[in-house]
Amino acid sequence: MRQLTHLDRLEAESIFILRETVAEAAKPVMLYSIGKDSAVMLHLAKKAFFPGPLPFPLLHVDTTWKFQDMYALRDKVAADPAINLIIYKNPEAVERGINPFDHGPLHTDMWKTEGLKQALDTYGFDAAFGGARRDEEKSRAKERVFSFRDRNHRWDPKRQRPELWSLYNVKKNKGESMRVFPLSNWTELDVWQYILRERIEVVPLYFAAERPTVERDGLILMVDDERMRLEPGEEIVSRRVRFRTLGCYPLSGAVESDAASVEDIIAEMRASATSERQGRAIDRDTGSGSMEKKKQEGYF
Amino acid sequence: MNHPADVGSWLAEQERKELLRFITCGSVDDGKSTLIGRLLYETKQIFDDQLAALESDSKRHGTQGEQIDFALLVDGLSAEREQGITIDVAYRYFASEKRKFIVADTPGHEQYTRNMVTGASTADLAVLLVDARKGVLTQTRRHSYLAQLVGIRRFVLAVNKMDLVDYDCGRFEEICGDYGLFAERTGIADWLAIPLSGLAGDNVVDRSAATSWYDGPSLLEHLDSVQVDADADAQKPFRMPVQWVNRPNQDFRGFAGQIASGTVARGAEVRVLPSGRITRIERIVTADGDLEQVAAGQSVALTFADEIDCSRGDVIAAAPDPPEAADQFEATLVWMDEHELLPGRGYWLKIGSQTVTATIHEPKYEINVNTLDHLAAKTLGLNAIGVAEIATDREIVFEPYAAEGASPNRVLGGFILIDKLTNATVACGMLHFALRRALNIHRQHLDVGRETHAQIKGQKPAVLWFTGLSGAGKSTIANLVEKKLVTRGRHTFLLDGDNVRHGLNRDLGFTEADRIENIRRVGEVARLMADAGLIVLTAFISPFRAERHMVRRMVPEGEFLEIFVDTPLAEAEKRDAKGLYAKARAGELKNFTGIDSPYELPEAPEIHIDTTAMSAEEAADLIVEELLKRR
Repeated sequence: MRQLTHLDRLEAESIFILRETVAEAAKPVMLYSIGKDSAVMLHLAKKAFFPGPLPFPLLHVDTTWKFQDMYALRDKVAADPAINLIIYKNPEAVERGINPFDHGPLHTDMWKTEGLKQALDTYGFDAAFGGARRDEEKSRAKERVFSFRDRNHRWDPKRQRPELWSLYNVKKNKGESMRVFPLSNWTELDVWQYILRERIEVVPLYFAAERPTVERDGLILMVDDERMRLEPGEEIVSRRVRFRTLGCYPLSGAVESDAASVEDIIAEMRASATSERQGRAIDRDTGSGSMEKKKQEGYF
Repeated sequence: MNHPADVGSWLAEQERKELLRFITCGSVDDGKSTLIGRLLYETKQIFDDQLAALESDSKRHGTQGEQIDFALLVDGLSAEREQGITIDVAYRYFASEKRKFIVADTPGHEQYTRNMVTGASTADLAVLLVDARKGVLTQTRRHSYLAQLVGIRRFVLAVNKMDLVDYDCGRFEEICGDYGLFAERTGIADWLAIPLSGLAGDNVVDRSAATSWYDGPSLLEHLDSVQVDADADAQKPFRMPVQWVNRPNQDFRGFAGQIASGTVARGAEVRVLPSGRITRIERIVTADGDLEQVAAGQSVALTFADEIDCSRGDVIAAAPDPPEAADQFEATLVWMDEHELLPGRGYWLKIGSQTVTATIHEPKYEINVNTLDHLAAKTLGLNAIGVAEIATDREIVFEPYAAEGASPNRVLGGFILIDKLTNATVACGMLHFALRRALNIHRQHLDVGRETHAQIKGQKPAVLWFTGLSGAGKSTIANLVEKKLVTRGRHTFLLDGDNVRHGLNRDLGFTEADRIENIRRVGEVARLMADAGLIVLTAFISPFRAERHMVRRMVPEGEFLEIFVDTPLAEAEKRDAKGLYAKARAGELKNFTGIDSPYELPEAPEIHIDTTAMSAEEAADLIVEELLKRR
């Protein structure tokens, strides 16, 4: 019998977490953000419940400002008849036309943080899978696999339940919920190795290509559609770039790169000297400790 | 930059890497975060942008002047950065050329013992930090004890801040001597001391010239080479707790779970516990195709050759070598909640995929983690560790947590307790052994059975369980019933509350826990007497539904008759034959049922006696009639 590799062990652990949630939660849902971590999580879920269908829907909390390539992959995933994808847009954000150019931090707050809370409340989901990993950011290193949220979706770092062995306490009262992170123990490198091994389809934006870009506040932004506003003096330059993380295109920084395949990306990571969340404008909104603050407010 | 062949071989190498999980523990100022920061930095887990942020943070919050403060890399939460202490378990990931590591960075403060136990529960090795200036402290001993308690067998004594004692060999040896004495006393056999400096980097990754008198490995060298128990669980007998039944259609029924120990192959004979039914493994199903054989650690779905009952909470085990099932245990508990243990109260107990109601007895003793002395204790408060007996409302499949000379049985030996109201995880525990074997497994076979006892008495045994408030008339009616039965030639015995408390149960008081134990013992005695063929009458207030239910389950189906002697509180208080209500009202009697302790009404008693509607004589006649009707 073949020795279990590190990836085998990670996979088995994630499947265990997915099954445990489905066995104990009343109405679980998987948050699907279209990125590579979501792709891996979805792949693991298909394995966990094979040969049956997914015993929960996917939820995309849409901001209307994602990359076109992301919408294309999302719609392809949703075309599978075995998958039930719910798309939720905060109606107030729609009505007020909230956007990253005019509204700054309010954009993330209304579309993502508020949108997520509304969606979970509207459908009555009591457990939501997310693709966050502990290696992403300092405050996430202390996150539980099963993260308890109160009636207002708030996260209290001092009141998190101790998690021993692989025993997860999924008990909760009405109105309370759990965020569940099956990829807690994965690193960015593990995710890419797994994508390679399992041939998982990801958004092409992760791979280097010539793309129309502008440089702003030290970030290289992609001009993904005609809504992109140019500041005085900015001009669109074609650069060979790729993205390490994906979000709303006016907030996602690209890196100049020639990595055009998963193998290239892994090779680049070996030599790389920047961490993954570096391209994310939202982490830096309010200085150090910004992610922790967002989490307390109910951000994923 | 594209070197596919190179990446390919590098990836293959990554795939083969072993994983070592370890914890780091130490006091607040031992420099633990600095050491971990240093490990991450030296193994190149810190990227340029993080380094830039670190440099600016170091100037703002740092304690190292213009130097980089590595501790800031790992002290994640704002609250911690402000207080300068680590208050929660953080998990870090790094890799060397040889291994991948998951580090549980656990806090040193005494009030966060629960976090250390949490971090240690999944670790294979513990790195204990000691400040070379301070030597082995109470804290060091406590951490060693806690790590050992949850089954860690390998220890590294990291004697840190050697730069502050001028790399003095004598000081290092003195500390090793101190720890050696402690380790020997507590049975820690596998430990290695390393002199190092997290701040200066000595012996963290590379061996330092400053400690030329030391010829052992650096910390990372040791972490890279220490033996790991990756397949230790695979050597044990096969066990898989069923997590979830996968039933997408009529043609497929798969039992999904992660294999806790051992290996299993297609066609193997397995036993489903606690039912004990035997079948064969038909298929081992995964999304990547059916497998012939699987081992501990893998998540699979199994199908059976026969249609037998099996659901979440059951354990599939090797047929010739199954684990035990039982409902009473001795266990070590680590209390993790501000609200202390309430003996006798029902908690959820989760072990593997089984969740049951459990009551904890008063602890046998609490362990002073500093001196390892056993102390008398009535309860366990936050961060207290003790040994207690536990009763569950149904059998659970389990294995003793500690396995001699092997890795612990974490899946079927470790459990958590959950408060039923707040849903908080209030404790964790490790099972030692079952106090009595479960009823349907491994029973002692008796040549003269209960049928024989009953036959020679020419009757069918029964337990007539009278329940009701103090002064309701239980004893009066029970006495009348017994007289009537004896005149009909029946063999009976009456167990009366007051009499039993003068003898068998005179060591028990009236706390909730003691009342529960009182009823349990009476239940056991009643069961033995019923086994002897007698008709047993008991007259106990027995105010709690759960205990009445417990006794009902002790005797064979149909032999337990719950008789509710229903007298309203006002009426019972008016009679007050023993003057007890007056005393309770005056506050002289505590925990008096109906006054300051509840009476839980029977939900479906076999016989309901309304004493306001009939006399004791009439009630006794009715009960005898009911009993004889059941023959």
